[in-house]
Amino acid sequence: MSVTGNLPAGHEPEPWIEPGHTYASVTDKISSAVLTRPLGIGWLLGFAFLFSIVMVLNLAIGWLITKGVGIWGINIPIGWGFAIVNFVWWIGIGHAGTLISAILYLLNQKWRTSINRFAEAMTLFAVACAGLFPLIHTGRPWMAYYMFPYPSTMGIWPQFRSPLIWDVFAVSTYGTVSLLFWFVGLLPDLATLRDRAKTRWQQVIFGMLSMGWRGSARHWHRYQSAYLLLAGLATPLVLSVHTVVSFDFAVGIVPGWHTTIFPPYFVAGAIYSGFAMVLTLAIPMRKAYGMEGFITLRHLEQMAKVMLATGLIVAYGYFIEFFMAFYSGNKFDVFLAKQRLHGPYAPFYYALILCNILTPQLLWFKKVRRNIPALFVMSLIINTGMWLERFVIVVISLTRDFMPSAWGRYSPTVWDYATFVGTLGLFTMLIFLFVRGLPAIAISEMRELVHEDSHGSEGHS
Amino acid sequence: MDAMSDHEHDKQLRILEGPLAAKPAPGGGHDHEDGEIVDDTLREHRLELSAVRERLKDKSGKQYWRTLEELSGDPHFEELLHREFPRHASEWDDAVDRRDFLKLMGASLALAGLAGCGRPDESHIVPYVKQPDGMVLGKPNYYATVMPFGADAVGVLVESHEGRPTKIEGNPDHPSSLGATSAIVQASILNLYDPDRAQTVMEGGEIRAWSAFLGSAQEAATGAKAAGGAGFRILSGTVTSPTLAGQLRKLLALYPQAKWHQWEPAVSDGAREGAKLAFGRVVNTVYVPAKADVILSLDADFLASGPGHISYAKQWAGRRKLDGTNDSMNRLYVVEPTPTVTGSSADNKLPMRASDIELFARALAAKLGRGNAVSLPGDAEKWLNTVAADLAKAHSSSLVVAGEQQSATVHALAHAINAALGNVGTTVYYTEPVEAEPVNQLESLRDLCADMDAGKVDLLVILGGNPAYDAPHDFDFVRKLEKVHTSVHLSPYFDETSAYCHWHVSESHYLESWSDARAYDGTASIVQPLIAPLYYTKSAHDVVAAFGDKPGQLPYDAVRAYWTEASTHLGTAIDAGWRKWLNDGVISGTKLPAISPELKFSPASLPALEGMPADQVEYIFRPDPTVYDGRFANNGWLQELPKPVTKLTWDNAALVSPKFAGKNDLAHKVVSRGGEHGQVRSAVVDIELNGSKVTAATWTVPGQAENTVVLPLGYGRSRSGFTGTNKGFNAYAVRTSNAMWSAAGGKMTATGDGYSLACTQYHFNMEGRQILSTATLEEYQRNPAFPQEKREEVAKDDSLYKAFTYPGYAWGMAIDLNKCNGCNACVVACQSENNIPVVGKDQVMRGREMHWIRIDRYYTNSPASMDGGGNTGDPSQYSPALDNPETFFQPVPCMQCENAPCEQVCPVGATTHSTEGLNDMVYNRCVGTRYCSNNCPYKVRRFNFLRFQDWETPQLKLLRNPEVTVRSRGVMEKCTYCVQRINNARIDAEKQNRPIRDGEIVTACESACPTEAIAFGNINDPTSKVAKLKAQQRNYTLLGELNARPRTTYLGAVRNPNTELEKA
Repeated sequence: MSVTGNLPAGHEPEPWIEPGHTYASVTDKISSAVLTRPLGIGWLLGFAFLFSIVMVLNLAIGWLITKGVGIWGINIPIGWGFAIVNFVWWIGIGHAGTLISAILYLLNQKWRTSINRFAEAMTLFAVACAGLFPLIHTGRPWMAYYMFPYPSTMGIWPQFRSPLIWDVFAVSTYGTVSLLFWFVGLLPDLATLRDRAKTRWQQVIFGMLSMGWRGSARHWHRYQSAYLLLAGLATPLVLSVHTVVSFDFAVGIVPGWHTTIFPPYFVAGAIYSGFAMVLTLAIPMRKAYGMEGFITLRHLEQMAKVMLATGLIVAYGYFIEFFMAFYSGNKFDVFLAKQRLHGPYAPFYYALILCNILTPQLLWFKKVRRNIPALFVMSLIINTGMWLERFVIVVISLTRDFMPSAWGRYSPTVWDYATFVGTLGLFTMLIFLFVRGLPAIAISEMRELVHEDSHGSEGHS
Repeated sequence: MDAMSDHEHDKQLRILEGPLAAKPAPGGGHDHEDGEIVDDTLREHRLELSAVRERLKDKSGKQYWRTLEELSGDPHFEELLHREFPRHASEWDDAVDRRDFLKLMGASLALAGLAGCGRPDESHIVPYVKQPDGMVLGKPNYYATVMPFGADAVGVLVESHEGRPTKIEGNPDHPSSLGATSAIVQASILNLYDPDRAQTVMEGGEIRAWSAFLGSAQEAATGAKAAGGAGFRILSGTVTSPTLAGQLRKLLALYPQAKWHQWEPAVSDGAREGAKLAFGRVVNTVYVPAKADVILSLDADFLASGPGHISYAKQWAGRRKLDGTNDSMNRLYVVEPTPTVTGSSADNKLPMRASDIELFARALAAKLGRGNAVSLPGDAEKWLNTVAADLAKAHSSSLVVAGEQQSATVHALAHAINAALGNVGTTVYYTEPVEAEPVNQLESLRDLCADMDAGKVDLLVILGGNPAYDAPHDFDFVRKLEKVHTSVHLSPYFDETSAYCHWHVSESHYLESWSDARAYDGTASIVQPLIAPLYYTKSAHDVVAAFGDKPGQLPYDAVRAYWTEASTHLGTAIDAGWRKWLNDGVISGTKLPAISPELKFSPASLPALEGMPADQVEYIFRPDPTVYDGRFANNGWLQELPKPVTKLTWDNAALVSPKFAGKNDLAHKVVSRGGEHGQVRSAVVDIELNGSKVTAATWTVPGQAENTVVLPLGYGRSRSGFTGTNKGFNAYAVRTSNAMWSAAGGKMTATGDGYSLACTQYHFNMEGRQILSTATLEEYQRNPAFPQEKREEVAKDDSLYKAFTYPGYAWGMAIDLNKCNGCNACVVACQSENNIPVVGKDQVMRGREMHWIRIDRYYTNSPASMDGGGNTGDPSQYSPALDNPETFFQPVPCMQCENAPCEQVCPVGATTHSTEGLNDMVYNRCVGTRYCSNNCPYKVRRFNFLRFQDWETPQLKLLRNPEVTVRSRGVMEKCTYCVQRINNARIDAEKQNRPIRDGEIVTACESACPTEAIAFGNINDPTSKVAKLKAQQRNYTLLGELNARPRTTYLGAVRNPNTELEKA
């Protein structure tokens, strides 16, 4: 998974942190966003706007629970629509955070340091948005607890053969581990904030959150082992969660779902979209909070390379889907493949190819990889493309399955859009709160980086 | 609020108790005394609406009322109010905080109060102190009765739960039913509980007591008598009730100058006039398709509409039973302008304009040596020669049927041809008319209109029917009706005609009143009520009696009196006979004997026919396959029932052929919302015809004659009720008396607009998949296992797992596609049995209709769209195969797979497999992920996306089958193989310590099916009907390659086309 590699010999490596930073400057810079910097009008307006979108989400969910899922565009045969598309998309986005914080940590990739904190936050918030959908998309959300294996007096258990039950376990494990990992990583920084806090309430809150962290060697020792263990725990989740999500489809018999390529292809797609989302968030944030020194161009380029690599795996997945349809000769699969190209939803498929396969090819060029506006636009395109991919898989497959008499189509309603936009709002609002409430970049790890830089270590051990 | 619910509650109590009085023990079932009490109360407390309006006029929106008494400002009430509620009385006027609540409650209370004022005190529900004889609570009783319909009556057995009729089954002893029913018969029970029914007698929009009507009627009668009945007219539909006819005749005797007119909008006078032409008098024609080897239908949809169609379908299908390769099949030729159920089931079909059918009939007669030779256009000529030769070959076992909407000449020619073929006496016979008084109804209505226009009519009594809506446009019935001094309308709804009549009497449903009726072969039956009238409704017998010398005579007494007299001719004592007739549902010995009228008609004597130019577009009028002439417009089951061929719901549309659509740019656009399984936007046209104009959506129908445009009747109702008002377009608006069934010279212009139609199946192409296996008889004889060809089924033991064994019962179903004609009876029967909700047009357009069994319609001769050259399955994209496609129907219920893909994926185990092989749905457990539906390859699962079921309307609560859960929103549902029926049979069998017998369990779809296409039973028992069918080589599994191992299997359809025509 080492995508950065060593730079060619003789080439002076760019530092992972802007030269001239000291322990104090790093701490000042990062903690100021939380402790001292006043709430600007931009933040307030943005927050107000996002809050109103979250209210739209509340309204959409309230109405949904009042009336039923019939307010959405789903029907027979398209039993799953935006809700599941959004679920898969959000879960996928979360994956980059875990990959950055866990796998890159284990692989000792120093460049992860400045982005891992908010990538993890992104993971958490994305999982929160994702987790919402399976719950509210059920016909009777108040009965959704049936899906948990609680000891029932009736002796009824969930039906463990169903991939949806696997989903419940996968997503809830993922959410829990991500939260723990994030929180454990935050501990030293919370203590820093506690120590630097000027107001009483900040001291109390950060004091409680830092759980008595004093920075003793013993603390650091235990902290390092716990962090390493959690990284080890989170690592398989990067692969397993989206694999399980892909089983929702792969285990089904619907043409277009029933494909063995799905698990790796979903994981690659998840990381692909996750890195795109990290870029979408990091580029404006580093600008707004003057963190260009921490999240350097080199970071962005690194992430672009990951996107290129995973994008190629995704492209391979698309190719294999087509190839297998024709190679197997299964008439239903062949028909569906042709439908994707010629059917009523063909424009979506072509848009998907454009977004996910053609656009990222520009990343072969270093100029593009180091062009920040281009990267930002591309990250948006890839996020759109990955959403389209899920739409193509979930919806288009269902519109053309086995019985031509039952073929149908799908079009979302205003409530579908409201719910989707609402979760975008919720996600962004949580990010807004996060950047002002917690250190968006790991202070302690950045200090390590300063230490290593000043001692001339590149960090590849 | 409390007052409201009490009121509703009381109403319900009364309804629940009603049937106890009406328990159809002979002699019971009339609530005469109740009626009297009601009348007194009404008279005492009746509110003058005008006074109320007066009082309300100067009230502003801030003052509300709670009761009618308060509304009328009764000082006693105010005093009572203050005495009873000293603290809250002042709040009465304080409308600020309870504004909206009181506004709604007050208004609905006032209205409900109006509807219910004067009810006698209701008693409370108490358990039976003495249980009525023969009633075991929780066990349904079945009563025989008949549903009168046009010139026919269908015998039914009605399931009654504690006095509530809930389900209609066919009566095997009745000739029109033979145990089966039709979609309309099945759905008729919903009309009984329709909350939109008219509920009281009204005069000029105000409620009147029945006694007030009786008084007025007698007053009018006295006036009429003085004039010898000169200005007295009665307008009825076709009457087959001997009692009603007797009452009417007595009335006419009482008023010698009074006249009785008849009018049915959807049946032409062709049959009557044709008989007159052929035999010099009206006779009733009865077909015996069971004896016919070759049948030619001249635009006759005799398998799905018209008198006797259920029996005809049964007989026709009986001759298509294929147990082995030695079995023979009949052959059905159909010439028709637009595809019907009959035409779609034909072995050979020729689309032809309705106006050309006469030409065809003449040519056929000529070929058979009757009349002068007529030449037909190219294709038709060859077709004719072949058919004529085939018919002649099957001498005396062939049959020619003329369509209900065809002209007198065609009917006469059909009689002549049948005579020439020696069929009379074998496949067709004649009887005296079933109708009490056969008249030319168009002329009858014309006379009435002329008299009304001339001011000659003082008193018009309309018994049923809705002439203001369905009379020919040029009669201008409404304007003329306004000239009538006193008009009385009896009808179940306050409809278009009621609005223009002085009096409206709400009509009882056939399940709540006594009457009698004759079936298509003359067999008479007593219509016995299952329940006391739900509202203050009366039957035609009451209304006719009101004007006669026995006002207030009860229908029961009238019917009983008639049959007391008639019993002497039948040689049965009335007391013994009556009980037996009610029990059997038929009056034995009343079947009309065959007569041999002399054929006085020579086709040669016909004047030369002026054929229509080949490119002339004709507009034809047809009754709608579901709402018929409009009388079922308010029936949600029929509105939502996909029409057999077009699969449209909730609307009619001007049907055009693919070629015609192409020429005139009448496009369809599938809308994403529901797509092919829901919403199609089609071009809207203005049709100018006979001097008036109507705007209609168009619909392309493969297999329609090129220059025919069909305008289905029965839609565009302006006063039908919540369900039926303003659906579709009103074809009666362009129908005139000189072109009742076929009109030329119309002009069609596209408006450029689109209209969304709810179509449940748009795609008709099987895309090369083995979904519906078909073969010709020859192919079948060569290879009886034709459905197994090119199949990729997985062998049962090709699994790592040990197959589950079903040692006890193993329920299974076999559907013989050879017999299914797509008539839809099963769909409505299932809806009725299983409490399936109606979702409305908007939800159908979103692809969310709830039918547990659907009928798929495929055109087999169009190649798969993706393999090139074929049509994409879109009727608006022309391909030559659509000119005359081979049409097949396939009923699709839940397949009850042994390897059910749905069960695997349910996260909560809400759909599980029973040890008898049923794929059970546990509604309580379902959380509604819809994964099961996604994974169901047959797409037979239905989801309650919203709360589709009506939980409030008290009438609809009575309708429901108490043995089937009423599903709430958010749960999945689907066909259960009528598990409640299985368990009822199991209980009976276990009580008697014996296994369940074959045939003991009959699913709702199976029992309704006129053609016996569906068989259900224990497949572990090799002697069971279903096991024998499944053992046939024709048996195949739908999408067998998926290895879902369905318990429902199909028997391949075999057609018996004339190979000489195939070669052409």
